Amino acid sequence: MSSMMPFVIFYLGAVAALLLRGKTRTVVMLCVPLIGAFNLMHLDSGVTIDFLGYTFEPVRLDKLSLLFGYLFHLAAFLGIIYNMHEKDTLQHVSGLAYAGSGLGAVFAGDLITLFIFWEMLAISSVFLIFARRTNRAYGAGMRYLMINVLSGVILLSGVILHASETGSIAFNYIGLTGIGSYLIFLAIGIKCCFPLLHTWLVDAYPESTPGGTVFLSAFTTKVAVYALARAFPGTEALIYIGGTMAMFPIFFAVIENDLRRVLGYSLINQVGFMVVGIGLGTDLGINGAVAHAFNDVVFKGLLFMSMGAVLFRTGKMNGSELGGLYKSMPLTTTFCIVGAASISAFPLFSGFVSKSMVMVSALEEGHPYIWLMLLFASAGVFHHAGIKIPFFAFFAHDSGIRCKEAPWNMLIAMFLASVICIYNGSFPALLYSMLPMPVDYVPYTSAHVLTQVQLLLFSALAFVILKLTHLYPPELPSVNLDSDWIYRRFLPYVTGCLGGMIGKVDRLIRSETMTIMGDLVAMIERQHGVKSTMSKTMQTGIMALIVFSVLLAFLLVMMI
Amino acid sequence: MSEHSPKKPGEKEYWLDKQANVMKLVYGLATICALSIIAEFFVHRHVDHPWEGLFAFYGFYGFGACVILVLLAKELRKLIMRKEDYYDE
Repeated sequence: MSSMMPFVIFYLGAVAALLLRGKTRTVVMLCVPLIGAFNLMHLDSGVTIDFLGYTFEPVRLDKLSLLFGYLFHLAAFLGIIYNMHEKDTLQHVSGLAYAGSGLGAVFAGDLITLFIFWEMLAISSVFLIFARRTNRAYGAGMRYLMINVLSGVILLSGVILHASETGSIAFNYIGLTGIGSYLIFLAIGIKCCFPLLHTWLVDAYPESTPGGTVFLSAFTTKVAVYALARAFPGTEALIYIGGTMAMFPIFFAVIENDLRRVLGYSLINQVGFMVVGIGLGTDLGINGAVAHAFNDVVFKGLLFMSMGAVLFRTGKMNGSELGGLYKSMPLTTTFCIVGAASISAFPLFSGFVSKSMVMVSALEEGHPYIWLMLLFASAGVFHHAGIKIPFFAFFAHDSGIRCKEAPWNMLIAMFLASVICIYNGSFPALLYSMLPMPVDYVPYTSAHVLTQVQLLLFSALAFVILKLTHLYPPELPSVNLDSDWIYRRFLPYVTGCLGGMIGKVDRLIRSETMTIMGDLVAMIERQHGVKSTMSKTMQTGIMALIVFSVLLAFLLVMMI
Repeated sequence: MSEHSPKKPGEKEYWLDKQANVMKLVYGLATICALSIIAEFFVHRHVDHPWEGLFAFYGFYGFGACVILVLLAKELRKLIMRKEDYYDE
């Protein structure tokens, strides 16, 4: 048995990646998730430390945390293979530290440990964004860091209040019961991309490097999903929040030109399904949420990998500039289509066996309108992630770009991710056996296969008809405003106006004061200045005369 | 960028380069769509909710959802679309 905490292996790996170079570094980095997974199989449960009257539990093992633990090892392994060609030390160190922080967070058994890794997630990952080394990436990275660190600060405030209310820092079911729990909920909500709190993701992820985005897409939001599943299962508000999250991003995705930003929106849309599942709180809902988180990490990673390969080879990521790449990158195209089929939940692909668990659970719990929203979102995600991504990058009109196929290491990573997508979709038993609740769900019924195929085929037909009739909005070089406009334009504008107003008042007061002071000085000058009345020099005789007159007048007055 | 395929000299012609072949795919898709509706008569449909049981519910809903999605998104563009360098000043 082992008692090595899972994150330690990754942090040591990050140090090794900092010191080593070349092939040695590649080999060591590839070993990190393998050793980590081996360690996880033989890990001892629960060491607890009592300190200052609170019980700390750095590693808590149960089915829920183990599933996310294995998932993060898998995601890190795929990400490391995908990024092997990269010589940039910053990305390797940051990627490993980030994966380690994710592991630290999902194995945290107490809220203080969770908080520490919550902040480490933000700090370690921001360098993946800076690594693009453009001004845009720098700006987006700073905004990403501020919002994610803010989430941590809110979490800590919530934890302190919660601990003083309940006397415990255990990271178990919390529920919305007091001000502390609301703060914790809000902090998780920021990292989970609740509506209006989501813009850090679509702002920053597409600005990262090809490999950086693959890492970023795997950990932060899934840690948040894990935290919700741990602390807030069955919280009704989550059903409506999740439904909104599944719905609104698809509208942005349809008109977005940057294809990795499209994937960012569809990431939020998929997390929406998970949030609904957690909000329902039934065995089926929780299982669906967790299973979908597992599948999403792989297929969303695969889609980001294929787009990263396109960016790496062509230097372009806008739908308006790409097209026809299937001629140059046939393998990448194939892998992208596997990812697209998986996120769209085609039968035999991974989304099919997990997304429907949440939807069936929504119906069973009496939420038909939420079910309709999720069904709309299912058609929508096929539309923008399933069709739009492969279509505009690899097909559409030929952009004339001819490039090499993706590097072999990227192809291997995409191949492995594709195999997992198809395996989980075709043989879901292994995935189901890892789920936290007992599973009695059968995905492959004739009704489910037929209805899902109908939904997808007719969505595809709608796309084709809209495209042929030119009703489909063309890809345009543009920026679409989102709620980040509030802190990128509106607040700076308001503070600018306020600053201007304060400046004006300040200037007015200063100039008025100066005028008054000037007048005063002039008056004193008139009275006391050279040759003025008060500073005239007089002769002694006149002085004597004045004194004489005064004395005389006094004498006269006294005599009368 | 032209709409026409900028085929490089000496490059092989791809099957999809021909517009007629693309249309073959479109007709193929339409045929499969029709078949999936016909299949409803032969496949037992387990129903969790009465709406699900409506004839070709999933087909109509998927088609309608996508059309509404795209048309609404086009309207959304009028509201929120800005120049590419909007934030870059």
